[in-house]
Amino acid sequence: MFKIAKYISLDIIKSKVIIAYTLLLAAICVSIFMADEDVTKGLVSITTVMLIIVPLVSVVYATTYYFNASEFTELLVSQPISRKNILMGKYLGISAAILGAFLLGVGVPVLLFALSVTGLTLILTGSLLTLCFISLAFLSSVLMRDKAKGIGLALMMWFYCSIIFDGLVLVFLFAFSDYPLEKVLIAITAFNPIDLARILILLQLDIAALMGYTGALYQQFFGSGIGIAFTLIMLMVWFLLPLWASLRIFKKKDL
Amino acid sequence: MFNNSLYLRVLLMLFIGSMHAQTFAKTIIVAPNTKVNSLKIAIALASNGDTILVKKGTYASHNTIVNKQVTIIGEGMPVLDAQFKEEVLTIKADHVKLDGFVIQNSKVGDLRDYAGIRIFQARNTTISNNQLKNNFFGIYISDSHQVKIINNTLTGTAQERKAGNGIQGWKSDSIEVARNHVSGHRDGIYFEFVQHSKVYQNVSENNLRYGLHFMFSNDNSFINNKFTTNQAGIAVMYSKRIKMLHNQFNENWGSSIYGLLLKEILDSHIEGNIFYKNTSAIFMESCNRNKIIKNSFLNNGWAIRILSNCEDNQFSINNFKGNSFDVTTNGELLENKFSNNYWDKYEGYDLNKDGKGDVPYRPISLYAQIIERVPQSVILMRSFIVNLLDKVERSIPSITPLSVKDDSPQMKPWKILSK
Repeated sequence: MFKIAKYISLDIIKSKVIIAYTLLLAAICVSIFMADEDVTKGLVSITTVMLIIVPLVSVVYATTYYFNASEFTELLVSQPISRKNILMGKYLGISAAILGAFLLGVGVPVLLFALSVTGLTLILTGSLLTLCFISLAFLSSVLMRDKAKGIGLALMMWFYCSIIFDGLVLVFLFAFSDYPLEKVLIAITAFNPIDLARILILLQLDIAALMGYTGALYQQFFGSGIGIAFTLIMLMVWFLLPLWASLRIFKKKDL
Repeated sequence: MFNNSLYLRVLLMLFIGSMHAQTFAKTIIVAPNTKVNSLKIAIALASNGDTILVKKGTYASHNTIVNKQVTIIGEGMPVLDAQFKEEVLTIKADHVKLDGFVIQNSKVGDLRDYAGIRIFQARNTTISNNQLKNNFFGIYISDSHQVKIINNTLTGTAQERKAGNGIQGWKSDSIEVARNHVSGHRDGIYFEFVQHSKVYQNVSENNLRYGLHFMFSNDNSFINNKFTTNQAGIAVMYSKRIKMLHNQFNENWGSSIYGLLLKEILDSHIEGNIFYKNTSAIFMESCNRNKIIKNSFLNNGWAIRILSNCEDNQFSINNFKGNSFDVTTNGELLENKFSNNYWDKYEGYDLNKDGKGDVPYRPISLYAQIIERVPQSVILMRSFIVNLLDKVERSIPSITPLSVKDDSPQMKPWKILSK
């Protein structure tokens, strides 16, 4: 398992895409921090960018890599290695590489310029998001046989999480605005990893606005130890559940 | 003849009396373990114009009434203690000066407002350099004129049921409150029916309700004060011609807590203030003809929340930086003018290089309007879809009120001197 992981990571690190990704993230972070002396504002901008780019790149790259290495997978399957080890090895390899890129690109600048609880939250949630979306990429890869369809499904997942879901929430809010929706909304956010990540960081950043009478309940919940634990656990679920599902499918799949 | 002699004698007595008062103004010394061992005895012995010097020590003072025109000076911060039984001091005479005391432990009452120092129907009173500790109300000025409250430190009980206001003015005129520090009271400074007064260089922080609170108090000015982390911020109401200059409103956080709540404030001038990290920096309701200029709004949740019953207000030369929302309102805003402000969210350009953006800035974002209508949608803050909607609305406004715009937004922040 670890041998496969090691091989794959080294293979990915050599690729130009991942280097470009690292450099892009680093360039964004450094330029944001350089442009404005206000660190908090910089973190806000980085969050906005991160919540779009990180899931997108993670999901698309992982899917593409999975399909590109399908022959290698077939070769491995013919060897006396369990399918679980093969898939986990692949997962470890790909996620190690992409996570490494994220930590280099975002983690290092944030630690250098904005070492604070907020900065650390940003790095932690970013890492968890990366893992979530690689899991989702694996799920779509094992579900689809065709590369185009696989990437399409992965993109749909990203699209759903970053735009469609929030749009639906907004419509829902308008439709049921006469009801006390706070608690329902807390439950609903659990269905979208990007929302979970966003709220976790938001509570560190826009506290003043959230503390208004509107956000008091959110603040109470997400700001409390239980709320933070809930968010982190839900993010973990979002990365473990698709991985577990894809493992089950992969075990029975006719390659 | 008889009448005449009586007249002369009375005149002579009066003359001698006044001579005595003027030329032989005496100093009475109060010290523990002497004949004159309390302020009460000293006041009984004193006549107008005398000075009472109180030596270091602790004196019980159960509502000592100062009814003569005396100067009372504490040496080495003597303590006047009401032992939770009464008020500490009541000043009823004109021209009283009180300097250098520790005044503590007034009674707490539900029906009566017990105070550390009560000034009642007096003129030309000066209260300076005192420390007021653990009193229900700190300094209570009622029905008085030309009162100066200078350089005192007031520390309240910080317990909700036992806290009265720090410096309270009621039905008074020409009061000067300067360089005081108030904390742990209900309202730091509270005025009702107070006119022509000046409040400057005070610090009011960590009070249980408002840092500053006034009603029906016209023509007052508030300059260079600092209001920090008060539990309900600042609320000022029903007053005209107020000047609020160079104050700082910091970190007033929480639901329905306002950096500065203005309700029915008319013809007032709010200039050069700094609003930093408040949930709502300014909240305006039924306010007309005010000028809000040269202020800095930094890192607030809402910089300005203005209800549509406000008219003819002018917002110019302000800096808006790092606020989650710049301006929100609950309807159409009429006749309120925004001009020459710096908005950090402005994305326009300046082709003719005159320092002003060529396209107007609309400070009310679509999302701010959504939140105003459906408060729960705050949960979508900073999400991709909200950013997208805002961008679209900025380029093709349809929901946000068209009347609210700044036609000459500044490209660079104003250099507003802090303090």
